[in-house]
This record gives sequence, structure tokens and C-alpha cells, in this order.
Amino acid sequence: MNPEPRVGGDAETAPRTQSQSSPTGDVSALKTSPAGDSAEAIAPPRSTDAVLETHNLSVYYNTLLALREITIAIPRNRITALIGPSGCGKSTLLRCFNRMNDLIPGARSEGNLWFEGVDIAASSTDPVTLRRRIGMVFQRPNPFPKTIYQNVAWGARINGYQGDMDELVERSLRRAALWDEVKGKLRESGLELSGGQQQRLCIARTLAVEPEVILMDEPCSALDPVSTARVEDLMDDLKDEYTIVIVTHNMQQARRVSDMTACLMPDEALADGHRTGVLAEFSATDRLFTNPKDPRTEAYITGRIG
Amino acid sequence: MIPAVAARSGGDFRPRRLRRKLFGAAFGVACFVATSIGVVVLFIMIRSVVVQLSDVPIFEFLYKLTGRFGSIDPDRSGYKAGIWGTVWLLSLVIFLAIPVGVGAAVFLEEYSAPNRLRRFIQTNIANLAGVPSIVYGILGLALFARAFGLKRLALGPTLWTGSLTLGLLVLPVIVITTQEALRTVPASLRQGALALGGSRWQVIRDHVLPCALPGIMTGTILAISRAIGETAPLLMVGAAASIPLVPRSPFDRYTALPVEIYHYAKEADPGFKPVASGGILILLAILFLMNSVAIVLRNRRAASNRG
Repeated sequence: MNPEPRVGGDAETAPRTQSQSSPTGDVSALKTSPAGDSAEAIAPPRSTDAVLETHNLSVYYNTLLALREITIAIPRNRITALIGPSGCGKSTLLRCFNRMNDLIPGARSEGNLWFEGVDIAASSTDPVTLRRRIGMVFQRPNPFPKTIYQNVAWGARINGYQGDMDELVERSLRRAALWDEVKGKLRESGLELSGGQQQRLCIARTLAVEPEVILMDEPCSALDPVSTARVEDLMDDLKDEYTIVIVTHNMQQARRVSDMTACLMPDEALADGHRTGVLAEFSATDRLFTNPKDPRTEAYITGRIG
Repeated sequence: MIPAVAARSGGDFRPRRLRRKLFGAAFGVACFVATSIGVVVLFIMIRSVVVQLSDVPIFEFLYKLTGRFGSIDPDRSGYKAGIWGTVWLLSLVIFLAIPVGVGAAVFLEEYSAPNRLRRFIQTNIANLAGVPSIVYGILGLALFARAFGLKRLALGPTLWTGSLTLGLLVLPVIVITTQEALRTVPASLRQGALALGGSRWQVIRDHVLPCALPGIMTGTILAISRAIGETAPLLMVGAAASIPLVPRSPFDRYTALPVEIYHYAKEADPGFKPVASGGILILLAILFLMNSVAIVLRNRRAASNRG
């Protein structure tokens, strides 16, 4: 699937196999981290199969604390679901992983955030390189107002893809289970497709840049049940090669597709009505849904909160 | 307890349906009148010009006007120099003002942080858009024609001076309308492109600008059309009243269509009246042609954005 060498320079400085054997590299990376809390800035023991890790991650929008001290490790080649009631910071956490929060004026984070041992939030980390390796699918399908072919090819082209573009477009569309529906009309607009097809087109264009992680922000909330089922099947296919993190409001969906589930909960509401998200529980999906340890999680999954 | 039954039978509601309907209809009529005023005024304007030409074959007359230079004899006067001067000005203004204006707008919308400096620049650009054109004429005279007395830099009454002055005149309008067009580009488009690992420049070049292009073109067309009709600043920076030559380079002297019309219109000899009227029709025709071409281009672009 991915025979070409990784473009990201960060990968070379901390390859997966060496990230354990060279802790000094990680420590020096941490020193460049903008985290104010230096006492907390210790490299946590990382398990080899964690792709994304946070340690005491807090996110602010200006003075507003949106997420407090999240510590979580996203396992490789698994689907991890982020669930919880509205306003508990699920999407905020997801957008930290590919630095999309950079686009929001006033957003900043404290604590630590690693991708394959690389400090995501460090100013030396290039968000453009990072975003190629950590793809994202949004809540509302947002294909470019261009042809289906160009939708898929654009990301690869601007990232300097040297191979056969026609072949890459076909492979990506096949991988996204869309090829058979669009192969005769690659030159037509991506906006002509149905909502579910558009979302699979967005997945295809994400796959075309050959990321390692795919972040999905409620990818099915704008889709009908049939399209939702197709996207869910697709996710199951993709997890052999990709690490997937999905935010969902739909607890059945989390239960159906995910291996691991993190339940975020709003802390007590502040005086002005704003809420701060905290991690209530993170465990295997089966365990979380059948035997929740945290009373808030139990209340949420049984429908008493949210 | 909520008195559900009372609410159904009327209760606290006074629908006043007839009154609402009448107000709605009256508003619609008022809007129609407002629209008509523009159309009627344009019609009267063109008619009053055409009336001056009632005793000549109009298209033949206009065609003759385009082939003659200015003269003291109305029967041998025309707009050849003015038409070519205006075409030159137009091309130079497009070449000068659009890249600078669009560049400034992209910087303000896409690159600059929303801080006090940006607000300061923004306010000043908005103010510049409201400055009377004669003031730009004075600025052009001092800055370009005379270069504050530096003889080597002074451009004199050349096409460069005229087009730089008109370029400055339309710049704020281009900046403001381009900014508005950029703001209409949906955030989801930017996010989708950035999430694929596009750099800011790649996202602007391939997605933001193409998506904003119809809006940018609309604003630019309006601004440039205004510039073509401007007379005051050109009189200020020394466009000739009438010269018997077609400019060959931007360093040549020139005259422009509205300037020539102005001079013919204030001639005492009544024989110049049809000449002035003919000039107005030619100017309107050029504007109309230009706007049509630009609108066709814009619509084609907008269609390709949809698909």
C-alpha cells in the first residue's frame, strides 16, 4: 500500500522502532514543547502500539478551559471512538491531533501530545507535514467544487506524489468503496454525488495522501442509515492499515465500529454556562458498554445524561 | 395551567391578516418603483443624447466619429485619440490595480492576524474608497506627474501618470470587494484542503481564489467601469484636451474619451453638440461591451465552481 518513503521529516528523526531505545531524543523534544507545566513534562511510559498519546492535555479557547488534563493513548490499527454529551470537547480533542485548532484564534493547549514520539504541539513541528500523516474527515461532507478525479488527486499532487496519478485515484476510490459508482464519471463534479457518496469521496481523498491516522469528526451525522452502514463497513476494512479515531454522538455506532472507547464528560458547569470536558473513562468498547467503571459513563450510556 | 382552548379561539393573538397583507403588497410596490427609477433614468439619459442626433444616420455617424481626431471643425472632429487613450488607460489600470488590490485583500483576509494594525489598515482603506476623485487627481499630479519636483522621476502628462492615478482611485474598491468575496468562501473548504496537508499558499491558490473569483470579478468590473468614466482626475494630471495622435507607448501623451467629450460639450459652436452626444454613446457602448464580456467570463467561472 505504501511503498514510497515517508515524506514527513519528523518520522525520520523518531522512527517507531527507535522511539523506545532513544529516550534522550524524546526528552529534548519535550524541552521545545510550549507546555508551561514543566513538572508534568515527563515522557510517560509509552506502549509500543500507541500512535497518538496525550499527557495532561488541557485546551483553552482564550481564557476558557475546554478540556482538562486528558491523558489517553490511541492504539495502532484500532478504531477508537470518542463519545460523550455535546460540549464536552470531543471534537476539540480530535482537532488537537492534527493541529486544526491552530485555525481557531485564541486556541492553545497545555500538557503533552505525541504522534509516534513526536511532540505535535511543538512550534518546530510543521502542521502541514503533520496533517498529511494524520488525515481528517469532517462532519459535513466537504468535497472540493471540482471533478471527482481532482478531488482525489489534489492532496497527492500538492504533496509531491510522483507515481501514476490515474492509478492512485482508482486505488483510493476503490479503497473508499466508491470506484464502482463513479468510475464512468470521474470528470463530473464531486458535488453531483449524493451525501453518502460525497463522504466516501472525502475519505478517498484522505486515503490518497497515504496517511497513518484518520480522524473522523462525526462522519455519519449528516448521512442516512444506508450510507452510514456503508461508511461503517468501510472503517472496518480500513483499520488493518490505518489507525482511526472517530467522534460520534451515536452510541450504537461507537459500539458497532470501535475497539476502544473514550467517554468524555463535562465537568460541573461554570457560572457562565460554559463547560469543561474531562476524560471519564477509557477502555475497550465491550467493557465500557457492558461494565462501565465510572458512574458518569454509566449514566451517559444508559441514557440518563446527554 | 395554560389556557389551551382560549389560545385556539384567538385569545391573546391579533393576527390582523389584512393589514399584514397590505403592508406586504405596499412594500413590494415600493421596491418595484425603486428599481424602475434606475431604468427610467438610464432610458431618459440615452434618449436625450439620441435626440441630439435625430437628423443623422446614427450608426454611420458614430462610425465616422471613431475614425477622426479632434479638430476645430465639428464636421471633422472625432474620438480616435480618446478611444485609444481610454483603451490604453484601461489596460494599464487592469495590469496595475488588480494584482495589487487582490494581493492586499488576500493578505488582510488570509494572512494578517485580526489585531489593531489590521483594523487600522482596514479603516483607512474604507475611508480611501470614499475620497473624491479630484483629490486623487491632485495626488497623481504631485506624486506621478511631478514626483515632488524630482525631474528624473517625474512622468509628466503621460499614460503612466493617468493610469497610476486611476489605479490608485480604484484600488480601495478592489480591495474591499475582494475581501468580501474571500469571506464568502466556506470555512469547510479551507479546512478540507488544509487537512490534506496543503500549505496556506496551496490552499489559497487552488481553492480559495478560484472559489472567490466570481465575486472578485464583479467588484473589479464595477471599479474599472467607474475608472473609465472618470474625467476630473485626468484633467488634473494633464490629459490633453484633444491631440491628433494615437499613443504608441505608456510614456506618450494621451487624451481619454470622457475628457474629449467634456471639451466638445463646452465648445460654443453648436455644431459640436452631436459630436459630444456621439461620444457619450461610444463611451456607453464601450462600458456595456466591457461589462458584458466580464459578466460572461464570471458566469462561466461560477459555473465551473459548481461543477
